[in-house]
Amino acid sequence: MSSVTHHIPDAMLAAYAAGNLPHAFAVAVASHISLCSKCRVALEAHQAVGGAVLDESYSVAVSSNLKGDIFAQLDASFSPEPVYERRGIYPGPVLEVMKGREPRWKKLGMGVRQDILSADANGSVRLLYIPAGQAVPDHSHNGLELTLVLQGSFSDETGRFGVGDLEIADEEVEHTPVADFGEACICLAATDARLRFSAFIPRLLQPMFRI
Amino acid sequence: MLTIWRKAALFDPHRAQVSAWIYQIARNRQIDIIRKENRPMPEELKEEPGAEPDASQILGVQQEAGQLREALAALKPDQREMIEKAYLGELTHREISVQTGLPLGTIKSRIRLGLERLRHELKDLQQ
Repeated sequence: MSSVTHHIPDAMLAAYAAGNLPHAFAVAVASHISLCSKCRVALEAHQAVGGAVLDESYSVAVSSNLKGDIFAQLDASFSPEPVYERRGIYPGPVLEVMKGREPRWKKLGMGVRQDILSADANGSVRLLYIPAGQAVPDHSHNGLELTLVLQGSFSDETGRFGVGDLEIADEEVEHTPVADFGEACICLAATDARLRFSAFIPRLLQPMFRI
Repeated sequence: MLTIWRKAALFDPHRAQVSAWIYQIARNRQIDIIRKENRPMPEELKEEPGAEPDASQILGVQQEAGQLREALAALKPDQREMIEKAYLGELTHREISVQTGLPLGTIKSRIRLGLERLRHELKDLQQ
């Protein structure tokens, strides 16, 4: 786990603690923290600050009825939410989005495969499978893209990313990630907008593949 | 509040002040209700079976929380307001990152030391 070298920026961690990250990014951040003790520690520091802020904020009086209602419910039975444990290379938060199922790979061409775990107007979360030595088509982004490596590694213009590393690419970055030799690279990719491919053909295919 | 009651067994005083723990649950619960979704949370760390409570570690966490409150109180009013906004979910991550006057690092370094000690233990747990 100590091999993680690309971490979550502080502002993003603070926004995650405050619950203010788009869902897709929150999945990537929670997954990274599951693999990275440095960022877990940093998150807990943010939670401590949040707790202190909460402590200092004004309190609101509640009616005795409401208080009574809440106390009455303390003994009520409840069904805890299912907890998804890590399975193989997939951290708990990824399995939660997958609802515990296995990946369902769809071919994208050149041996690249993907599984869209969730996609709506606010962003998308998907798994990418890139064969060793293979490049993902050139693309830039309309928004921000977070890529978390779950297996193998890839390199692009900005550096090398291994298991647990998180790459953050914004509109400015036009990059060509290439899976390193050895194992196939499996990543979790989260965006808050659709991807934009610079080559003509992939752009035609984009609506079809929803990427 | 019920959520806090139901999750109480997960609270670990070695790692966090109770206010920090309540903060995260309260934020998540609020967002879940507003957005009708489940906030993704990191995997829970598994505690080693039979681990004894370590009083000095618990005390350390509490002392740092005290230092943190002092640091917050010492902030200039506008800085303090930004911190409150950030942690009560009124700023996006982009807004937080462009707030150059936001003393995130300074504030956090007050509690970083104790947490760094814990990092070591976390590493063992995660293997």
